[in-house]
Amino acid sequence: MPNVMLRKNDNGDVLFYVAKKDMEETIASVEMNTAETWGGMVTLTDGSTWYIDPISPPPVFPTTLRFKRGDE
Amino acid sequence: MTAMTRDETQALILEVLEAYPDKARKDRAKHLAVNDQSIEQSKKCITSNRKSLPGVMTVRGCAYAGSKGVVWGPIKDMVHISHGPVGCGQYSRAGRRNYYVGHTGINTFGTMNFTSDFQEKDIVFGGDKKLAKLIDEIEQLFPLSKGLSVQSECPIGLIGDDIEAVSKKKGKELNKPIVPVRCEGFRGVSQSLGHHIANDAIRDWVIGNRDGDDSFPTTPYDVAVIGDYNIGGDAWASRILLEEMGLRVVAQWSGDGTLSEMELTPKVKLNLIHCYRSMNYISRHMEEKYGIPWMEYNFFGPTKIAESLRKIAAFFDETIQANAEKVIAKYEAEYSAIIAKYRPRLEGKRVMLYVGGLRPRHVIGAYEDLGMEVVGTGYEFAHNDDYDRTMKEMGNATLLYDDVTGYEFEEFVKKIKPDLIGSGIKEKYIFQKMGVPFRQMHSWDYSGPYHGYDGFAIFARDMDMTINNPCWKSMQAPWLKAADSESQTLAA
Ligand code: SF4
Repeated sequence: MPNVMLRKNDNGDVLFYVAKKDMEETIASVEMNTAETWGGMVTLTDGSTWYIDPISPPPVFPTTLRFKRGDE
Repeated sequence: MTAMTRDETQALILEVLEAYPDKARKDRAKHLAVNDQSIEQSKKCITSNRKSLPGVMTVRGCAYAGSKGVVWGPIKDMVHISHGPVGCGQYSRAGRRNYYVGHTGINTFGTMNFTSDFQEKDIVFGGDKKLAKLIDEIEQLFPLSKGLSVQSECPIGLIGDDIEAVSKKKGKELNKPIVPVRCEGFRGVSQSLGHHIANDAIRDWVIGNRDGDDSFPTTPYDVAVIGDYNIGGDAWASRILLEEMGLRVVAQWSGDGTLSEMELTPKVKLNLIHCYRSMNYISRHMEEKYGIPWMEYNFFGPTKIAESLRKIAAFFDETIQANAEKVIAKYEAEYSAIIAKYRPRLEGKRVMLYVGGLRPRHVIGAYEDLGMEVVGTGYEFAHNDDYDRTMKEMGNATLLYDDVTGYEFEEFVKKIKPDLIGSGIKEKYIFQKMGVPFRQMHSWDYSGPYHGYDGFAIFARDMDMTINNPCWKSMQAPWLKAADSESQTLAA
């Protein structure tokens, strides 16, 4: 369950940064991304999937959240 | 030699790897790559930030070097104690040439070496008492220091000293911040983890110090320069451009920086990051905690400077944007003259780099401004995110090498035959003896600054005087020269 720093880049995409792993990826899709909730299964541009219990109201970026690996 | 094709570069890598035993070859193969600009994610072609192989010559440093040498060391009004045996601090003392103003030994301490000089008995019985005594002595001798940091060397972690407790107690007694930093050299695979640990220490002990204190008058144009270590005056050459643009530089991290500047950084509007590798952590933290955006910029060479100035200005209003254009226009005559003078002498020369931090990608633009081409580059301690950024800057089919070994680097140079190598002091004399012009690109070979427009002039001059130095024509002893060239000289 790594801590992930999330921030928006210049194009408005959300960057997914795991300091411990030096992983800086972009989020390709989020299962739930509405005005009320944000979260669920998250797919990154490198194809990996991560999970976070949906949060409502949606978090304000930048922020740090704990994710689970999608296959756990 | 013309540019190598993708296949040729690949063949070269394979050829060089031949010399290793199977296991080592497999491991090193992952760290060498042919650049392909179309790949978005560097991890698909190059592995980085892994432990170096035992037995190969690596030029990496340790976590202590990353924290004391890079991040904390240049903060000039603090005393940085190299806690442990004497050598770590003594052999790295003042070598990075982080310039600063002040009276050394009175109110600034940058080039001094403070150490607890561990002896056998300190290892056996622990060094906490010694540390406490040392802090008292420092306070007595240098009362104007604004704070202290305790930079742990290897033994501290091994014997389990409690430097946090000592720091806390003494800090209260002296009413000064004393920052314990757990940057023992054995942590991590290179100095890179030391940067991270140092950033975390700043986060925990410095950044929040002025939370809720609004006595510092702010302006809408406050920025901080982060990750500029003022090597040879780099940060000064950068700072004047920002100030001419109408911005106010509140803090310099950490070259010529002070403790109070760091404490005030959370009040700025924008963090400007030059060395991403060593200080992205604290910038991310400030973004999250204080909502301060950060951006990477590059002040090497006029093309990148103009690009960066415009990008910085875009964060602010139209006056600043107009000012940025004015600054670029103001220096145009100056840098055009430099290019006109040196470009004909340097055009087409090929460069190989192997440095740390930001330079393997940031200086590419400056070389290109002089008509030169970077044909190989690599980092000592980069992570994937650094290579992501590098691959876009480098030409296709150029060579990338991560944590290159002494052997590989020499072989690459023999085959690629660059006109210039930019790397560190440990590589310098080997390549000079091989007859290849060399610049020490960690501390600018005792020159600099290289940042900003002023720095570009010096950069161009230095590259020219290195590459076009007449000594390279005298590499062969006269009696070894071929007979016919001799008769030609005689005839002439
Ligand atoms: S590895 Fe340890 S002993 Fe060596 S310089 Fe670094 S801190 Fe000192």
